[in-house]
Amino acid sequence: MSFFKSRLLAACIAVAASVSPVVAQDLELSIIAPAGAGGGWDSAARALQDAMVKSGNARSVQVQNVPGAGGTVGLAQFAQQARGADDQLLVGGITMVGAILTNNSPVNLTSVTPIARLTGDPLVVVVPKNSPHQTLADLTAAIKGDVANTIWAGGSAGGADHILAALITQAAGADPSKVNYVAYSGGGEALAAMLGGQVTAGISGYGEWQGQIESGDLRALAISYPEPIEGIAAQPLKAQGVDVELVNWRGVFAGPDIPDETKAALSTAIANTVKSPEWQEILKARGWTDYYAPADDFAAFITSENERVGTTLRAIGLAK
Amino acid sequence: MDALTHLFQGFGAAILPVNLLFAGIGVLLGTAVGVLPGIGPALTVALLLPVTFQLDPGGSLIMFAGIYYGGMYGGSTTAILLNTPGEAASVVTALEGNRMARSGRGGPALATAALGSFVAALIATAGLAFLAPWLVKVAVRFGPWDYFGLMLIAFVTVSATFGSSPLRGLTSLALGLWLGLIGIDQLTGQTRLTFGVPNLFDGIEVTTLAVGLFAIGEALYVVSRHAFAPEKPIPIKGSVWMTRADWGRSWKPWLRGAAIGFPIGALPAGGAEIPTFLSYTAERKLSRHPEEFGQGAIEGVAGPEAANNASAAGSLVPLLTLGLPTSATAAVMLAGFQQYNIQPGPLLFVQHADLVWALIASLFIANVMLLVLNLPLVGLWVQLLRIPMPWLYAGILVFATMGTIAANPSVVELLLLSGFGVVGFIMRRYDYPVAPVIVGLILGPMADSQLRRALQMSLGDPMVLFQHPGSAIMIVIAVLALLAPFLFRGLARLRKEED
Repeated sequence: MSFFKSRLLAACIAVAASVSPVVAQDLELSIIAPAGAGGGWDSAARALQDAMVKSGNARSVQVQNVPGAGGTVGLAQFAQQARGADDQLLVGGITMVGAILTNNSPVNLTSVTPIARLTGDPLVVVVPKNSPHQTLADLTAAIKGDVANTIWAGGSAGGADHILAALITQAAGADPSKVNYVAYSGGGEALAAMLGGQVTAGISGYGEWQGQIESGDLRALAISYPEPIEGIAAQPLKAQGVDVELVNWRGVFAGPDIPDETKAALSTAIANTVKSPEWQEILKARGWTDYYAPADDFAAFITSENERVGTTLRAIGLAK
Repeated sequence: MDALTHLFQGFGAAILPVNLLFAGIGVLLGTAVGVLPGIGPALTVALLLPVTFQLDPGGSLIMFAGIYYGGMYGGSTTAILLNTPGEAASVVTALEGNRMARSGRGGPALATAALGSFVAALIATAGLAFLAPWLVKVAVRFGPWDYFGLMLIAFVTVSATFGSSPLRGLTSLALGLWLGLIGIDQLTGQTRLTFGVPNLFDGIEVTTLAVGLFAIGEALYVVSRHAFAPEKPIPIKGSVWMTRADWGRSWKPWLRGAAIGFPIGALPAGGAEIPTFLSYTAERKLSRHPEEFGQGAIEGVAGPEAANNASAAGSLVPLLTLGLPTSATAAVMLAGFQQYNIQPGPLLFVQHADLVWALIASLFIANVMLLVLNLPLVGLWVQLLRIPMPWLYAGILVFATMGTIAANPSVVELLLLSGFGVVGFIMRRYDYPVAPVIVGLILGPMADSQLRRALQMSLGDPMVLFQHPGSAIMIVIAVLALLAPFLFRGLARLRKEED
């Protein structure tokens, strides 16, 4: 049923696109979003679908949701069905790197072919409005003083939020294995704990808490991006003397063992899409930050992220 | 009254013909996907997002709201007629609703569900319009300890209510709690009881369990009886419409359902299921016909149906005021807001007042449309029950399997569904209630995480549960509810001995 519907929809969009003057390339793609409808990977996949078809870089694109286990269920299925395929893509991100390690997933990101890194959003460190901590320095001092009583709230255990909390704890001079991190199903539920004043500090994607930061219900102490971002008042952790950076990146992958020409064709299609005004418009509307990197740079990046995330998770005790 | 003026302006925008059209499309689509298995409102809205990008924000959000409400209406139809709850929130509806349908009273069951949904959604939408900013302040004060107290109340009432004896109810509940342990633990990210099967990492899907236990288990049970005593198709008894007595027995449960559903739905981690359980229990306790429960009591349909629709409206409170989606559909609607560069949250009512009030006004309109759409359909739906038994149950099996595969295409899911079907059959054969299993699966993991969060925040001190007045009161209520029946029995015996 859903398959049929999404096909129909893709067909409608394809018709609409073929009317536009841009000559559509002949790519007919299928993108796997390894998460349920409504999540970050799902919206990234659907945004990519939209931009690729409208900018004429693909004739039709279908999105298929394969939810489960931080994306590792979708990844395992993809590694199997997309071997050598020239029409299959997978969306993934930093959370998947962590989930692979904590779940001992037999398939990891080196099994698939990185095509491009797309977006990279900053995480934000906040405290409730009536918290005694006015600055990041106040918070790190509190961490150093009593790490167990500094209670963090954020997204799922072992995810990007948790990793950042551990990295900050470590940088503040405390034992990262002692970090008192309360995991919620997502930034939304963690937000309620923040507003209710039940925890010391919280971490989430900046976009998710933007409304509360602007209204003054939450005080943003720092962002995890390496450089300041236009329109965000909070300064990077690095600029405030805490030597930590972490970007919530998302990218696309193709199947294992694909021929070089397929890799080149897919990379070109994505590269052209990323440059298109349609994609730039989506980035602006969703509040996503452009973090594009081509296939080879992305592959090297994944190797280093894998190592860094692995080290942190082992320090917290979530991975062996 | 500031809110009232805004609301009238909202109605002004919502009754524009083009917005009415969007609301109409939304409720039609929503009802359709609610009735069809496998494709829920969340997926529908996600599929429509790229299409509606061309439209103006008002129109498309109005359509999404129509889909959201429509899905809640549609979900009850299959639960009542086919004993196949399409979503967790209609599990309780199936209990009494399907009994009614099978004794020839499918019409009144569908009608009280539709009217109850209407009344509750109306009240809850009014609550959303006038109480949202205040309610949300209370809701975020709800800490993990308070949630744990609420879960305890739900556990105690549910295990005492369902089934022929508390022991049987508790046995079923324990099975559900065990199933709830399967999957990744939310607080540590480690897997439990998954035996390395990746499809189990996210735990057992509630709808797979519900459809397996209810629809498949029921079909197997009917088949096992059919060979010896063929059941005749059920004639529709009396009117398809509700009688005066039905009205008299329905209106209070509607109101109580709304009163239970809306505030719990507005809690950031409340959900639509708990209010349906609580409403069912309340109706059973308050009914003048408690003996009818389990045989098709109309209160048992009216209350939970009202509760689940009220909680649907309630869950828009955290969505609009905090930007906090508490259901999959709400999460997709949030993405819908964001694609127009609108961030739901504390500033939404200030920055986009016209849009919010048009949305709220169109919720009222969508609600009326749904009633107009659904009541005439009742006559059509009950015709389904004229289908001969073997055909009907074969159809249910196909429908249930198709829906499960459509939602999650995997062999493991199908095996689970069949396995639960067999379990459901055995439980029916030996008279164990199936509903507490589902309650355990839904509430077990929530109670688990909330208790451990509370302990994590108190650095392991269990007294935290009694230091907060909310949780202390709820725990005391739960303990009293558990002990009261025994105490009363003991007192009665004592008095007898004195005589």
